[in-house]
Amino acid sequence: MSNKSTARFVNIGERTNVTGSARFKKLIMADDYETAVEVAREQVENGAQVIDVNMDEGLLDAEKAMTTFLKLIAAEPDIARVPVMIDSSKWSVIEAGLKCVSGKPIVNSISMKEGEDAFLDHARKCMDYGAAVVVMAFDETGQADTKERKVEICARAYDLLTDIGYPPEDIIFDPNIFAVATGIEEHDRYGLDFLEAVAEIKARCPHAKTSGGLSNLSFSFRGNETVRRAMHSVFLYHAIPAGLDMAIVNAGQLDVYDQIDPVLREACEDVILMRRSDATERLIDLAESYKGKSAADEKAAEEWRGWEVGRRLEHALVKGIDAHVVADTEEARQQFARPIEVIEGPLMDGMNVVGDLFGSGKMFLPQVVKSARVMKKAVAHLIPFIEAEKEAGARAKGKIIMATVKGDVHDIGKNIVGVVLQCNGYEVIDLGVMVPWARILEAANENDADMIGLSGLITPSLDEMVTVAEEMKAANMTMPLLIGGATTSKVHTALRIDPAYPGPVIHVLDASRAVGVASRLLSDTQCEEFVSTTAADYAHVRDARAGKGQSELLSLEDARANFYDAYLSDKAAPPLQPGTHVFGEWDLAELRDYFDWTPFFRAWELHGTYPKILDDDVVGESARSLKADADAMLERIIAEKWLTARGVAGFWPCARDGDDVTIHDLDGETHTVLPFLRQQVKKSRDRASMCLADFIDPAGDWIGGFAVGIHGIEEHSKRFLADKDDYSDILLKALADRFAEAFAERLHQHVRSELWGYAPQEQLTNEALIKEKYRGIRPAPGYPACPDHSLKPMLFDLLDAQANTGITLTENFAMYPTAAVSGFYFAHPEAQYFGVARIGRDQLEDYAQRRGVDMATAERWLRPNLD
Amino acid sequence: MTKREEFEAAAKQFILIKDGPYGTAIQRAKLAPEDYAGDTGLADDQKGNNDLVNLTQPQVIRTICDSYIDAGAHILATNTFNANRISQADYGAEGLVRDINISAARIIREAIDARNDGVPRFVAGAVGPTNKTLSLSPDVEDPGFREVTFDEIVDVYREQCAALVEGGADFILIETVFDTLNCKAAIMAVKQLERELNRDIPLMISLTLTDLSGRNLSGHTVEAFWYTVSHAKPLTIGLNCSFGAEQLRPHVQLLSDIADSWLMAYPNAGLPNDLGEYDEMPETTAALTRVWAENGRINALGGCCGSTPAHIAAMAKAVEGLAPRKRPSRNPEMHLAGLEPFTIAA
Repeated sequence: MSNKSTARFVNIGERTNVTGSARFKKLIMADDYETAVEVAREQVENGAQVIDVNMDEGLLDAEKAMTTFLKLIAAEPDIARVPVMIDSSKWSVIEAGLKCVSGKPIVNSISMKEGEDAFLDHARKCMDYGAAVVVMAFDETGQADTKERKVEICARAYDLLTDIGYPPEDIIFDPNIFAVATGIEEHDRYGLDFLEAVAEIKARCPHAKTSGGLSNLSFSFRGNETVRRAMHSVFLYHAIPAGLDMAIVNAGQLDVYDQIDPVLREACEDVILMRRSDATERLIDLAESYKGKSAADEKAAEEWRGWEVGRRLEHALVKGIDAHVVADTEEARQQFARPIEVIEGPLMDGMNVVGDLFGSGKMFLPQVVKSARVMKKAVAHLIPFIEAEKEAGARAKGKIIMATVKGDVHDIGKNIVGVVLQCNGYEVIDLGVMVPWARILEAANENDADMIGLSGLITPSLDEMVTVAEEMKAANMTMPLLIGGATTSKVHTALRIDPAYPGPVIHVLDASRAVGVASRLLSDTQCEEFVSTTAADYAHVRDARAGKGQSELLSLEDARANFYDAYLSDKAAPPLQPGTHVFGEWDLAELRDYFDWTPFFRAWELHGTYPKILDDDVVGESARSLKADADAMLERIIAEKWLTARGVAGFWPCARDGDDVTIHDLDGETHTVLPFLRQQVKKSRDRASMCLADFIDPAGDWIGGFAVGIHGIEEHSKRFLADKDDYSDILLKALADRFAEAFAERLHQHVRSELWGYAPQEQLTNEALIKEKYRGIRPAPGYPACPDHSLKPMLFDLLDAQANTGITLTENFAMYPTAAVSGFYFAHPEAQYFGVARIGRDQLEDYAQRRGVDMATAERWLRPNLD
Repeated sequence: MTKREEFEAAAKQFILIKDGPYGTAIQRAKLAPEDYAGDTGLADDQKGNNDLVNLTQPQVIRTICDSYIDAGAHILATNTFNANRISQADYGAEGLVRDINISAARIIREAIDARNDGVPRFVAGAVGPTNKTLSLSPDVEDPGFREVTFDEIVDVYREQCAALVEGGADFILIETVFDTLNCKAAIMAVKQLERELNRDIPLMISLTLTDLSGRNLSGHTVEAFWYTVSHAKPLTIGLNCSFGAEQLRPHVQLLSDIADSWLMAYPNAGLPNDLGEYDEMPETTAALTRVWAENGRINALGGCCGSTPAHIAAMAKAVEGLAPRKRPSRNPEMHLAGLEPFTIAA
């Protein structure tokens, strides 16, 4: 449980505090407890680990308000799951609250303000009620302001409390955060005094914790949110390493330290750490420039609306603003002689700017897709007028058939490429997903297409692409074939697809290359050279592959002898809750906290790690804007319940039998054999040849499985497409994928801590979860450790996944809905991910036999792992 | 040696045995309605008021207690699950709460003292949950409503506990806790009583789960419950009733890992059959609970609904000679709890 020793910091939400939230105060004053309860719910949904409840308002009956509110939230399991901080300066209010809270709360606060007797009396009562307690650094003579006084008072309180048996770990000191930069010289040290006091108190008072109310600090900058947020973030940045354990703060109003304007950050730091005598003056001066900055932005934002219409359209396209585009297009149409001129004139001009910016790396995919949305809306407005004139629209640069191949349902990447091509003047005929080869060929011929683009995400799609190529050859076609998608590669294209089709075959690495490839293929001057260079390149890949000695393989027998020798006594205890667990509707708001955003940005071809990517010199602006759109859509997805997260997890007794794991169904009569593959590539030194079965005890053990899926995108997707809004459509699909991954992460956590329960004490941040710092793995069929997609139907049978989650499998084992994840749970502490990589003929034969299929089938399933 | 010290000494040596339930045993005595009321002069029909039997037919209770002692029990609970003002009000017997509890404790005290054979035995004054809950509203339309207040429940418990101690109870056993806040009120009552009497009153706390996922009626997980009541520093913590030993196993295991009190569990004799009867054989219960002992999970073991002296005897035999659980040391982390636990690293 190494995670438990790491210092962690707790943000205590202040939104259910009448002194901290104007909105909450208004609701309580108006007796609108129903909405007030929703504030608490939002707070918990947004990740508050403890909620602070404060009703100290002169015009309120605070005792009544406190007890009413606490009783109401007790009836809401999704709020009541977190501990409460009962916050009042009046003991009677605190005690009334203690009588309503059923868990173990924190009392905030008691102090020696009225002497030791009252202090100890309150402390004893807190002990009797079973509460942790915040002790303010306040004594008979007043509130502690200097470091010495803070430490002295806290030390005295600590000794008194531990003398009466108060558990030291249940004591939290609040050494008073006061306002700095007030212009009064005595206040200059307040920030530093607090930081130094925290460190000393922690050293002097073993196991005690420290806390502080952050909003006081920036009191002199009321009304200037930018500066306040910066001050709070900077303060915490220094306070946490000093030993601060928790703070009452509106978590939504904290900036990421690294993202604060460096000039402002330094000025805040100067003030808080008292680094220069004129720090306050400088911050006050600087603050002026942040004041009302947002108002200036708004003015600038509206300025372009006064420009002439052509320039407005161009601006709207470049910036991706669709709010006024229909009106502007209409205005332009009335100015031009013919509607087509609007397209050929200002719209194409705008798109050319977008294309140039994108081509030169100054604009990124999300913006391009947004621009496309504006373009589509403008064109949609003009089409009826153009048709009324009965003449052809702008001549497309070329016609491209696009499809996700049979057996595969993934289309985010294909849609992005489609949009990019359309933006650049190509006509895209999108056949959708799961398209059989016959329909692809038929559509290409009927539409007199210039080329075909195939997409796929799962490994069996690679074979399907070969099939399409072979059929194109059989049909004597000659048009270029473009290959794209996450599992495709130049090597696979060169080795398998290119030889199958005599026409040009081009692997397109990502959407940004699509236009370049298409334009060269359609260029009279460049096509021939491009095709022959590519063909030569692929031939070279094949030669290199054939000539180069491949890594040496061990025989299956030797690989098995070199198995991973896990320390089996460490295997997890049997699950606390064996059997199958179905989750009909997991809380989306909770899953949001488990998002791994990095792959989301990667889907949009923005490369970098979240959250650093937001601050990236090159793509930062683009990433921030995309994130803002994603957040806005997330709000709606959650509030309006667009999506439903359904999942199932199960655990079964099993045993390792060679490279198989045999699952004994609970009735003990039937059993399922899961065959796993073993690494055969010869390892350096003494590294093992791994197989997932190595993590299972032959003498009896447990294995788990899960499937999660996100349902409900279709309706919204349809609506977006009807509205010519590919941007929102792709965004939704990308977010649905994130939900599925987050659900898999969250469910795995639930499994570790509750269902299987082998790590009940685990407390990991989302960052740590993303880095897989937990015990156990969840390899998915079709991924490197377990490359055979065909194990999915077996997993689905074990879980009765189709009935329990509504997820179905295609004939090539792709899951539908596409935002879905499934896999096995291995709980052994040494369980780890690895790649099976290349396997030998001997293992293929052995596997076919164990799997009960003929060699051809096994070969098809395992092709990516064969020579 | 105080009773606490005597218990501690025994718990380090062997697995203690707790008795089984009284309700079914009293039913088997086939008392007539007038036997229940005895000479109390109570107007309402008292049939089924098992707690009143302590007062009106003490020999019946004594016989049951003796049968559990014979079966090998060390921890003998009083027959006072409903001997509180709230529950007795249903029979119009709330005026007799003090007398019932004194008599109940006295019967067990006498039964134990009569043995004088050197075997450590203890009177656990049993306190039930009452039939009112502090955490939940009985009115779905008004989630903020409560039938009783915390202070009322504290007073109800205090009256009962004072009488149990007066009658000779060594410990107070807060059992079948379905509402954590009621339990906190009971703890408060005992703390007040300790100060009033200026003596130590060791507490035994026993949670009951209402669903297999491991939560009680007020929604607390086993772990959250432990952190919520650990301020009571109970002599024993554990689980009772809920389900059979088989279903209770993972929760006993969880609690065993985290609680630094002695662990006492007394499950039902399996799950009820279609007729609502318990038909798990003593050997079955004994075999299931023996596994807990073998895994070092348990310090005290007994029976709840459906258990008979035969079950208790079988369990006693099954765990004889097995080492008792060792308590984990307390860690210096801050534990808080809502319905779920929350830990702040040390």
